[in-house]
Amino acid sequence: MFDSYTENTLRYNQERCINCGMCSAVCPHGVFTPGGTAAVPAAPSSCMECGACALNCPVQAISVESGVGCAWAMISAALRGKDMDSGTCGCGGAAGSCCGSDTKEPSCCDKK
Amino acid sequence: MTNPQNQEKSSCCSCTDRGNASDCCCSIPAGTKAAIGTATSSVTLQNRLDHVRARLGVNRMGHRVEPGLYCLGAPDADSPVFASANYTLSFDALRSAVAGVDCYILVLDTNGINVWCAAGKGTFGTDELVRRIESTGLPGIVRHRKIILPQLGAPGVSWPEVMRRTHFKVVYGPVRAADLPEYLRNGTATPAMRKVQFPLRDRLVLTPVEFVHVALPALAAAVILYFLAGSAASLAAVAAVVAGTVLFPALLPFIPTHDFSTKGLILGGVVAVPFAAFFATVPPLPFWANAAAAGAALLIIPAVTAYLALNFTGCTTFASRSGVKKEIFRYVPVMACMAGAGIILGIILGISRLFGVI
Repeated sequence: MFDSYTENTLRYNQERCINCGMCSAVCPHGVFTPGGTAAVPAAPSSCMECGACALNCPVQAISVESGVGCAWAMISAALRGKDMDSGTCGCGGAAGSCCGSDTKEPSCCDKK
Repeated sequence: MTNPQNQEKSSCCSCTDRGNASDCCCSIPAGTKAAIGTATSSVTLQNRLDHVRARLGVNRMGHRVEPGLYCLGAPDADSPVFASANYTLSFDALRSAVAGVDCYILVLDTNGINVWCAAGKGTFGTDELVRRIESTGLPGIVRHRKIILPQLGAPGVSWPEVMRRTHFKVVYGPVRAADLPEYLRNGTATPAMRKVQFPLRDRLVLTPVEFVHVALPALAAAVILYFLAGSAASLAAVAAVVAGTVLFPALLPFIPTHDFSTKGLILGGVVAVPFAAFFATVPPLPFWANAAAAGAALLIIPAVTAYLALNFTGCTTFASRSGVKKEIFRYVPVMACMAGAGIILGIILGISRLFGVI
């Protein structure tokens, strides 16, 4: 009840994996670790859906509905009648972006 | 605000003054499409003031470095190439971390946004990287075909695509620029270097801008409450905002539960208790008014703190969109109902006072 982060959209097809190690290299939370013949999803519940693994997997063995977990941007999008999952929910853009010049600019853009 | 490094870019050929132009970045090979800027590793007082302003959210989108290629030291055709965002904090972290390393820094145009946020949005992405490699004439400057990206840029960049379009191999360095010297010594990043952390210092450094964003409405609420309900109510408004923007980030890992909203409700509840106790014991008021005032504090303060806490998801290093979405649907209605009920109690008290009932 008090953990909304136990499930995510990460999907891994181990049969496709060529064990290149890129997913382990790019994941900032150690979701994947190198294995003997294929990458091992060691901590899938730690996935923050950044999409780095899927984007850098050369054989598309990984898929994830990537996005930025910025509550303000998502609420703001919903209040403006836009899809909370739309591309406007994220840092770095203009309208709808939590970091856009026309927004309140929360510090999500200063942290990393 | 323009980073001083921008000015250095325009005077790129100042290194010819050293009488050794062939060894410096200013000896641009034929075919190079754009000038190469120069950068130093020293972070000046002016740079630090710029960092402070960025941390406070002053001129938020103005902390930019001119995109393009910069040389640091006296790089040659075999020197490493690092990529960064055109946000002064990102660029300065990189150039100061690689002090003493002769290298190139390729600055991507991310609209003045840091690497990770820009990668999430796609501006620190494949297309911009490819475009910048081509526009700076990088293939004609370095013999190797390797470019080192910050690991947190990976959500925006597809290395197979960059390889296909530019024949440059993308290599991901460590998460923290401070680990670059060790990364360069070892030629690889350790698992520890690959993990993102969110220590107290990183959380605290976010609190000023968090507070600044809500300072104005908080001040307005405090002033209004001062005249309507007295100094204690005014102080309660300030306390709720400070709890949500300062205490919450600082205490984030220590508050029970995983969800930001419930953490905020707990913290707000703790902050509300002394105010509720005070309101419950105001001598001249009847019991029902004391109870209503205490109830209002117990409803509004946790709701405000929880909402501010929920908004902190965008600042953390681990909140997933799926989880945040669940939180919004689960807890925002609860927060709204609590705040609404508290405000109704406050209005009843105000009307009662206006008509002399209490």
